[in-house]
Amino acid sequence: MTAFLLKRLLIGLATLLVASMVVFGVMEVLPGDPALLMLGMNASPDALEALRQQMGLNDPVVIRYLHWIGGLAMGDFGRSYTYSSPVIELIGERAAVSLPLALMSLALSTLIAIPVGLYAASRRGRLPDTLAMGTAQIGVAIPNFWFALLLIYVFAVWLRLVPAGGFPGWGAGIWPGIKSLILPAVALALPQAAILARVTRSALLEVLGEDYIRTARAKGMPRRTVLWRHALRNAMIPVLTILGLQFAFLLAGTIIIENVFYLPGLGRLIFQAITQRDLIVVEGVVMLLVATVVVVNLLVDLAYAVVDPRLRVRT
Amino acid sequence: MSAGPLATPVEESVLRLALKNRSFVIGLVITGLIAAMALISFVWTPYDITNLIVANRMKPPSGEFLFGTDHFGRDILSMIMVGSRNSIAVAFVAVGIGMAIGIPLGCWAAARGGWIDEALMRFNDLVFAFPALLSAVMITAIFGPGAVNAIIAIGIFNIPVFARVARAGAMALWPREFILAARASGKGKTQITIEHILPNIVSMLLVQGTIQFALGILAEAGLSYLGLGAQPPMVSWGRMLFDAQTRMMVAPYLALFPGMAIVITVLGLNLLGDGLRDVLDPKLRRER
Repeated sequence: MTAFLLKRLLIGLATLLVASMVVFGVMEVLPGDPALLMLGMNASPDALEALRQQMGLNDPVVIRYLHWIGGLAMGDFGRSYTYSSPVIELIGERAAVSLPLALMSLALSTLIAIPVGLYAASRRGRLPDTLAMGTAQIGVAIPNFWFALLLIYVFAVWLRLVPAGGFPGWGAGIWPGIKSLILPAVALALPQAAILARVTRSALLEVLGEDYIRTARAKGMPRRTVLWRHALRNAMIPVLTILGLQFAFLLAGTIIIENVFYLPGLGRLIFQAITQRDLIVVEGVVMLLVATVVVVNLLVDLAYAVVDPRLRVRT
Repeated sequence: MSAGPLATPVEESVLRLALKNRSFVIGLVITGLIAAMALISFVWTPYDITNLIVANRMKPPSGEFLFGTDHFGRDILSMIMVGSRNSIAVAFVAVGIGMAIGIPLGCWAAARGGWIDEALMRFNDLVFAFPALLSAVMITAIFGPGAVNAIIAIGIFNIPVFARVARAGAMALWPREFILAARASGKGKTQITIEHILPNIVSMLLVQGTIQFALGILAEAGLSYLGLGAQPPMVSWGRMLFDAQTRMMVAPYLALFPGMAIVITVLGLNLLGDGLRDVLDPKLRRER
């Protein structure tokens, strides 16, 4: 198991390294001069040259890459060209919106999906199963940003229960902050919950066909206990895999939802940075997201070991 | 797991099974209707959407305009019909790109094995580490918004998906006896792949293709909603939602109908994919 995790860790680090080269390379070939962007179109050639020198833009590519990646490793993401503040600060501010949002929708989708999947699997082929899975099929097909528009219309415009968009900042108190994240979290959670419920159900059905389940039932264990103690635990591996994928998706997937609700999160930060050619911000956020995917995958691997003791001894 | 019906000839049983499979039939009907709508739009729509009549602007749904009209006085139903062409075309070509590059890559990796296989799969992992939607947004924002760049942005992320499915399918076939027999008869790896591997994994690829098609429709809608996909005067479902969002308060129907078109299409494709998988993969038949 240790060897397995070490191997995964090394692969993760290698992925990060190659990803950094790809990100840096792509940004390198793009048109757009950061110095020109900072000083404006009317800047004198001398001032431009001086700034380019100062920012190190005239150094060879390899030197600049090493400089950038070295900074990343030390937690220095550079300075934004347009916000003129350190990228790491921008990321911190915006993550204070995106991270709670992603966690809220992940919690929401898990709380809906696992019971629904469990219930559907236990009533397999009967009406509750058909209804739940039919609903899940529709849930998978709904674009989350369209669902968000409907939610805004019903709960913000019509019923006036929650704000239609914007974020007051955590300084305004916990509740107003959470209140403005409820609709976005629901919009993000619905399609995720639909996918998760389907995975939970099919993973459970697979496990329920196993011999040890029949043995447990045959020795007189109640259905409910078999379902919760034996089946659910064994069905957790595919469920965990999907959960990990979904969390990574949620962090990046907020890019559209944050635009719908005008939330100052990571998604909007990167969207604006792309359109304003603030490349150092784009590079920083993309690397952060890739790192999140890698770390979440590692955590999922670890979680496998917790759920399935057999994996702890194997390799 | 059952072995499936062995007594009846394969083709006949597959067709009969397909028609008995509820998902497949519903999915086929929905997909067929959407495809028919897109085709009909070439020759007929209720109103001409290139003809802007200001007097008709922002009319709510009525007998005259079934789904209402937009801020240019264009009939929403006609726009949904015309828009279906572009939404479908973008998703279709994106799946085509994924298949055309991904399948040969996956087959090659499975046939060669060794370091080529390892390198290709690690490269796959790398692509998967980039959140697809985010990367598609970056590609379209950087290379300019538009339908063509949206196709490329969506298509690129289909490549590793098809490569992975093709490789997994091919890897399971290579150790089988009939492949061994083909090798013993002196056929090369390329020839075996074309004659024996591909026909046996085509059903898996078809199922994945349907799923990716549905995802492509969703991705196109997302990109166009951000203003990065289809550009006016081109109409697409996502673009209609982009136009609708600022007018949500006064005219929610502007967002309602294009969104429903997306949901119904994606639902149809997903049902079709599920049904196909059940029918084509006998191992799964009893489990679902």
